[in-house]
Order: sequence, then C-alpha cells, then structure tokens
Amino acid sequence: MLELKEGQRHLISMTLDGQEVRGSTEPRMLLSDFLRQELGRSEVHVGCEHGVCGACTVLLDGKPVRSCLTFAVQAAGRRVDTVRSLTDKDGKLNDLQNAFRKHHGLQCGYCTPGILLSTEAFLSENAKPSEQEVREMLSGHICRCTGYVGMVDAILETVQKRASAAVP
Amino acid sequence: MKPKSFTYLRPASVDEALQALARWREDARILAGGQSLVAMMNFRLIEAQVLIDVSDLAPLAYIRESNREIEVGASTTQAQFMRWPKLAEQAPLLSAAMPHVGHYQTRSRGTVCGSIAHSDPSSELPLCLATLGGSVVMTSSRGTRVLSCSDFQTGMLTTARLPDELITAVRFPTRKSGTGYAFAEMAQRHGDFAICAVAAMVSGNTTRLGVGGVAEKPTVREWSGLDDSGIDEALNDFAWDLGGTDDHHATAVYRRGLMRHLGRQAIEDARKCSS
Repeated sequence: MLELKEGQRHLISMTLDGQEVRGSTEPRMLLSDFLRQELGRSEVHVGCEHGVCGACTVLLDGKPVRSCLTFAVQAAGRRVDTVRSLTDKDGKLNDLQNAFRKHHGLQCGYCTPGILLSTEAFLSENAKPSEQEVREMLSGHICRCTGYVGMVDAILETVQKRASAAVP
Repeated sequence: MKPKSFTYLRPASVDEALQALARWREDARILAGGQSLVAMMNFRLIEAQVLIDVSDLAPLAYIRESNREIEVGASTTQAQFMRWPKLAEQAPLLSAAMPHVGHYQTRSRGTVCGSIAHSDPSSELPLCLATLGGSVVMTSSRGTRVLSCSDFQTGMLTTARLPDELITAVRFPTRKSGTGYAFAEMAQRHGDFAICAVAAMVSGNTTRLGVGGVAEKPTVREWSGLDDSGIDEALNDFAWDLGGTDDHHATAVYRRGLMRHLGRQAIEDARKCSS
C-alpha cells in the first residue's frame, strides 16, 4: 500500500503537456496549486476552489477534471495536459482557439483555458454534438463576461470545419 | 480554501483498503471521485486524518448484470456508467437521470457509489436508488452485508455505514416489463443540485413517485389505482407531508409547487412509457 505521510513532502513526476516533470508535494496539495506554485504553470486558473466554476479544469489522462478537486499525488505517474497542449511549439493557436477569438468566445479570459480543455475532451468523444449538447457541456463552467453565445458559435463552427476537413 | 493535512493511502487491493479502514475507522475517509469530499475538505467542513484512495482500485471498476440487477463497483465513474451501452435498455430511469448528475467535467471523476455514500438530499442517484428499491453492498474485514436503500440512507448526508465498512458496490433493479419510468428536475443551472427532482415508475395501476431535494432524504410514495382526476390531490398531500423548508435557493412554497408540477409531468411521462 502506498503511504504518503501528512506534513511531509514527496517527490512526484508526471507527463505535463508531453514533457516529464517532477516536483515535491504534501498529500494535501491540490493539483491546481501544484501546477501553479511548484511548476509555475500560471495558465491553470483558480477560481472558486470548490469545483463549481471550472476555471481550473485540466485533462488527466485525457479526461477533463477539476484540478482543485484533485490532489497532486493522484496525478503522479499520469498524463496532465493544460491549455498549453493546444498550441503548437511556436505558440500558434489551434482552430478552436482561433474560433473563440473570432466569435468573441472570451473577454477577460479567466475561464477560457478550462473551457478550451473541456471542449477538446468533449469533441474527442462526440465529434458532432448538437447545440444542446454543447450548452450542457458548457454548463460545467462559469463565465461572467460573454454570456456563452460566442463560445457556442465558436465550438459549432469548429465542429463543422473539422467534419468537413475529415471528409476525404 | 485548502484542506487540512492528512496522510494519503493508496491500497493496492480491496483487502488492503479494508485493513486500513479497520485501523483508522472514524479518522479515515474514503476518496473515490472526490467531487463532493474534496470540496468539503477545501471548506474544512470535513477534516480527515487519513484518506484512503480507492479511485484506481481495478477490482472495483465494473458494471455487472445479475439477478435482474445492475451492480456498479465503487470505482466506476459516473461517466463510465453513462457510457455503458445497455444503460438505456436496462435502466431507463438512470439513463434519464444521469445527464443531471453533476456536469460533464465532474462525471469524469465522480463515482456512482460515491454519490450514494455522500447521500446528499438533492442528488439524483440516491433518489433513483430509493425509487427503484435498490441496495448497497458494504464490506469490512468482518464480512459483507447488503442493505436496502431505505435502511442505508438514514438522513441528510448520513447513512448506516459503519466506520470500518467500505461501500464496494451499489445494486439497481433492472427495467421491469410493462413498467414506465420518467425523471424530471429543476435546478438553477443544468447539472447543479436539484431544487426539486422527481422519479416516477408506473406499472398497471401502481404509481410510485420518489422526490429529492425537498425532505432530508429522498422520499418515495406509492399509490394504487391513482387515476387522472386524483393525481393533483395525491401530489398535494405528498408535497405537504414532505415538510420542505426555505433556504437561499428556494422557499418551501416554491418547492411544493415544483413538486406538484414535476410530479404530474413525470407520472404522465411514465404512464406513456408503460403502455
């Protein structure tokens, strides 16, 4: 049985955006705090810290998770992806990010990294969602700027473009 | 908004988990999906000395059909359950309720058993379990026992689980032929806690309605020979008997109103499916 004692720091490693990283953490440290404070990954935004707002969403082995409701030790040895994983190595935005920009799917941008990651995971499971399904998926995030309409447009446009690009 | 210090245990087997529970008892908490537990730890509503993480315990990640029941293991996530290909055919009520259980993002970690263990009065899975008349399987180093859901959930966030017991599985009865099922809910935002949720089962002249979010635990009432003209009065009596209270989400008056409205809607929908 793995036992990590309270109050002590333990060295853990994970694959973060495709790179092996290491850091030390107490069992009580949230994954969101580990990514931000130990690894300096401030693109992981922390909003409510109790799983309601969705700002801190990251992908854990490809699945969207609230990093404020996950302990860093639970991600040890696993794959974690942040919004950085969506851009290419030169920092060029992907099609979904560009669609958000085009349709004003963001204003202050605080909720955006989480929403982009949720959306990518969602589209990988359901490549042709209905508008209702997109809205239900977005209900797991809180955005106080946009009113979501631009996001829905951006996601539906991306769905359409990806579908037509997939046709041989 | 950070949890108090705790020791983290990740057992490699169910036996190891039970040994840890036998040793730590009340000082330990089981961590499955953590979608309620960790939020409450962040708020320090819960302080645990030891967390026993069963989220990756492979022997508990299963969905099985046997004896006209669906058994769901303790580490099966809500997302895995929702994607189970036979869900709509074998458990239409659960199939209708699952999209309301949290959000897409929380279902990827939240577990079916965890929701039952947490026993929030407004959550959908305990409501479905109560309406269907399911049961909960609990194991300790002393042995295994199976409790009916009515004996299991004792009140708001409280259950009959003993400190050394692990909820290893939950059992839902499968669809009965000639029975119609329906689910309806009102929440502030899709996926949020229900202000009022109802689950209906109609078979022949028997009508059963479970209500969540109003009383301190899901409450089920059954009528026989309930005809169309009697529904409103029956629902009105049921609504008053539940004794809902005011909170910052809704008043008791509003909850009773919702119950009458959603109750009628669900019973009518279930009737249509039963014929």
